[in-house]
Amino acid sequence: MSQTTAPASRPQPDVLAVAARRRLRFPAALRNPLAVTGTAIIVVWLLLALLAPMISPAGPLAQDFERLQPPSAAHWFGTDQLGRDVLARVLDGARVSIILPLLLVVSSLLVGTIAGSVAGYFGKVADEVIMRIADLVFAFPTIILAMVIAASLGPSLTNAVIAMLIVSWPAYARVTRSLVVVASRSEYVVAGRLLGNSPFTSLGKDILPNIIAPVVVLATLDVGTAILLLAGLSFLGLGAVPPTPDWGAMVSDGVQNFSSWWISVFPGLAILTVVLAFNFLGDALRDTLDPRTADAVKGRAL
Amino acid sequence: MKTERRSAPAGIPPLARYLAIRLGVTALLMLGVTLVTFILTNLVPADPVQAALGEQAAANPEIVAQFRENAGLDKPLPVQYFTYLGHLFQGDLGTSTQTRTSVATELGKAFPATIELAVGAILISAIIGIGLGLWAALRRRTFIDQIIRVVSLIGLSVPAFWMALLVYFIFFFQLRLFPGSGRLDPTAVAPPHVTGLYTVDSLLAGQWATFGDAVYHLVLPASVLALYTIGLLTRFSRSAILEVLDADYVRGARAKGLTGRTVVLKYVLRGALVPIITVLGIAFGSLLSGTVLVEKVYSWHGLGEYAFSSATKLDLPAIMGVGLVVGIVYIGLNFIVDIAYGFIDPRVRAA
Repeated sequence: MSQTTAPASRPQPDVLAVAARRRLRFPAALRNPLAVTGTAIIVVWLLLALLAPMISPAGPLAQDFERLQPPSAAHWFGTDQLGRDVLARVLDGARVSIILPLLLVVSSLLVGTIAGSVAGYFGKVADEVIMRIADLVFAFPTIILAMVIAASLGPSLTNAVIAMLIVSWPAYARVTRSLVVVASRSEYVVAGRLLGNSPFTSLGKDILPNIIAPVVVLATLDVGTAILLLAGLSFLGLGAVPPTPDWGAMVSDGVQNFSSWWISVFPGLAILTVVLAFNFLGDALRDTLDPRTADAVKGRAL
Repeated sequence: MKTERRSAPAGIPPLARYLAIRLGVTALLMLGVTLVTFILTNLVPADPVQAALGEQAAANPEIVAQFRENAGLDKPLPVQYFTYLGHLFQGDLGTSTQTRTSVATELGKAFPATIELAVGAILISAIIGIGLGLWAALRRRTFIDQIIRVVSLIGLSVPAFWMALLVYFIFFFQLRLFPGSGRLDPTAVAPPHVTGLYTVDSLLAGQWATFGDAVYHLVLPASVLALYTIGLLTRFSRSAILEVLDADYVRGARAKGLTGRTVVLKYVLRGALVPIITVLGIAFGSLLSGTVLVEKVYSWHGLGEYAFSSATKLDLPAIMGVGLVVGIVYIGLNFIVDIAYGFIDPRVRAA
């Protein structure tokens, strides 16, 4: 019955060899060309987001220029319908459109993993309550539920993020729960309990380290989804409120001025490159997972 | 399926038991969806009265008092919920604060348009997605496989609303290759209403020109919508087919001396069909919600455009109506997929 993910449950012929392999695993994943490309793009975008105020050609809100100018040497990405520099807004928008979804994924990972662990480890009432709430969230397509929640909370970035948190934690809860259920039956966990470990020590010290890899891969894959979701909500007018530069909202401006293609093409390209980068990385990382735990992540989107 | 139920009670056939369980779960989930929309309409908004009435009417205290009494907002919450459910069962989804028309009527008009678009998109994505998945699986670990992997990841990463605009700009505005808006040519007359799907209705009426026109108008929005699901289906069919390729019965078929084509069509594809059908269900759900981001650009008067205009104007009853309808349809789809699963694969019902 030791269907576990843990190296500890297998016979260990050579502890040193195992340790060495562990240290090598992450760089090995990063030798994959997809992962390298993805990581490089992500690093560049994070730097751009960080340095935006210093390298930006203009203020993101400054309406200093002639309206709707096509891309030129002075304005690489052109200017929008209010005479703002599109490049400046794309750069500044990275702070909203990348950083917020990143924070969101970290928070839903925390909420979902804790909820899933509690459900999987303690079972019974806790399990039923938590997993039925998760089922309810899964009863809607993600963007529809996020839209409905964001609309009833009122349009603002904060509310959009709350809506996204509500729709995204259950994925982590489901995956964590299924992994915890299997792991908690394994001999080394039972042995730990018999030695007098409290349930929380058992969860935190024995189980979590062995299930965290697939959850992290899931999170990497989820960043792209989160970026698309936030951009979609902003496109619907339920996320960033003008004049906040946000990529989704900027593409939305292009709907009214579609003959000025540059207004929407550049922020859209920005979304595409970042999402693609995270999906490249997540996809490559997933290949490195233990096949038995990979099954838990397989059911997710990609 | 990942049910953890123990052995079946004696006497009840497994398929019947499976159906009964799925039906019960489906009914409960649908009830849950109404609970969610109820909470979001009546409890979450800072001022539900204003959300329901719109700003102007909410400024008038008489109207507000009247509304509170009519809507039963003074009653306890469970009572309010049952009143709400009663209205839903009578097909009353409230009144739009923007257009002052019945949300149910509007949704009824919009629904067939979206179904037509989503069916068009699912056909495109099934053909291309399963085809690419099969190709990648047969050429596993080659350059082709890598290219297809990147292509499907791009499909999964493209923001649909942006692609909609871009495709509109290039293929309609610049090249004039395809019509850019609406479901039919402005001069064309809609076919006699039977299903509300113009393609089906025109065929039923024998109007070939109208059918061609309807398909022509479907091309751009359906292709844009299909991008994400093409990516999804490519990935899933590849891994589903890979699993089958290694199966003993496929090796057996090869060992018997059957040609590659026969083995692929008769053994591999059929064996991989079950997981692919499940994903088709998920894909259709994601198409339904994807319309919210795509229809607006193509003036496609469906659920998505209705949701878009309601969302941008914060028309809460209309948005809740869309959420409710899409939620119910989504659950219904999952139910159908589960049932199909149970019929195709006996292991599922025995579980």
